[in-house]
Amino acid sequence: MDEIPLMPKEQHERLQQRQQPDVAALWDILDAVKDPEIPALSLWDLGVLRDIRRLQDKAQEGLQEGLQETVQIIITPTYSGCPAMDAIRVDIEAALAAAGIAQVEVKTQLAPAWTTEWLSANGQQKLRNYGIAPPDDGEADAEGLTPLANVRCPHCGSHDSHCISEFGSTACKALFRCNACSEPFDYFKKI
Amino acid sequence: MSEKQQQPQQPQQPQQQSQAILDYAVRLGDDALVLGHRISEWVSYGPFLEEDIAYGNVALDYIGRARMFYSYAAQLSGNGKTEDDFAYSRNEREFANLLIHELPKGDFAYSQVRQLLVDVYASLFLSQLLQSQDETLAAVAAKAIKESRYHLRRSRDWVLRLGDGTQESHDRTQRAVDSLWGYTHELFEMDALEQQLADAGIGVDVAALRGPWHAQVSEILTEATLTVPEDGWKVRGGRQGYHTENLGQLLTELQFVHRSYPGCQW
Repeated sequence: MDEIPLMPKEQHERLQQRQQPDVAALWDILDAVKDPEIPALSLWDLGVLRDIRRLQDKAQEGLQEGLQETVQIIITPTYSGCPAMDAIRVDIEAALAAAGIAQVEVKTQLAPAWTTEWLSANGQQKLRNYGIAPPDDGEADAEGLTPLANVRCPHCGSHDSHCISEFGSTACKALFRCNACSEPFDYFKKI
Repeated sequence: MSEKQQQPQQPQQPQQQSQAILDYAVRLGDDALVLGHRISEWVSYGPFLEEDIAYGNVALDYIGRARMFYSYAAQLSGNGKTEDDFAYSRNEREFANLLIHELPKGDFAYSQVRQLLVDVYASLFLSQLLQSQDETLAAVAAKAIKESRYHLRRSRDWVLRLGDGTQESHDRTQRAVDSLWGYTHELFEMDALEQQLADAGIGVDVAALRGPWHAQVSEILTEATLTVPEDGWKVRGGRQGYHTENLGQLLTELQFVHRSYPGCQW
């Protein structure tokens, strides 16, 4: 018997998407592009990178050998006003340019709205290692919002913590303090 | 704003409808930009560091919302306009924001009460806009509603804390409620444009939100030991471009760089 896959459906679909042979190499290149605010996470880990497409002008298709194709990158903002989006756009273009792909079109797509469900398991672990409590380390309240206590401290592992501020150093984080080791830490809010 | 092109083609909208959606997007963008600017005025003046940062976060959410609405309007205009043209190159009389958003920030109680009134409104409004037949407006609402839920939790907490706090904080909070109340009626008024879009399943029937809004706000104010004001004077005009003196002053600051150095980039 095969093992029952434990990966959420959404994650599974994302993995399949990046394994499409014509774009797989491009996904690998963009793994080097990190979130400018949380450099521990790649855009893939964060779920901001939605899709990669190769576009070719239909009229010219097949007519010109070595025609420069356009690569289209679809990204989605975490929060409406996330100031990192402009930096992310520039970083994507630079990474692809360094790999010899000059014609890049970065598009922003709003729907479906970004959710912390898209953070990969690997991404959650990277956050933890970086000192940020990932969304799953807290139990959301009845309305699905960030809890006000009992988020697992990324420093000492205690769940005995409380929220200091719901709005942290960036739009996506809340500020907590651990009651066990007294260290403050950021919690990546559920959204 | 480009996802339009990636979705299956919609039937061509009549010109008139497209213009109505454009105007509607600009109105909603104006609401978000003007309030976002007002909230940003708290940055570095917050009562303590965390609260200061919270204001910065909320202001960013609103300015992001304004950018999404304006970018959509720019796309619909189809004449090469950008979001910046809407934000920086229109005069006071061309802004169509509801007046409550442009009032000066006042004291901390005043800003939190205004935030509560508009946060309750936003959560009701956006949950309706989510159902819009227009894909882009629905997508913006889907993003914004998640943020507004967080805003509401914060403003509700503060109003409870201030209303049910010291005599001083109670008095100031009550004063804020009383002076803002007359500006809330306008939130629920429909004009011909909004009626047309509501009938088409694109816009929100805001008149229908008045009941649930009043119920929710009254419950929170009562819990905060505050008195829900009787309806008295009512101010209106924002949607038609008739503003208080405050908007002109706000725009002077907001548009200064763009008007002094047109096309400036860095």
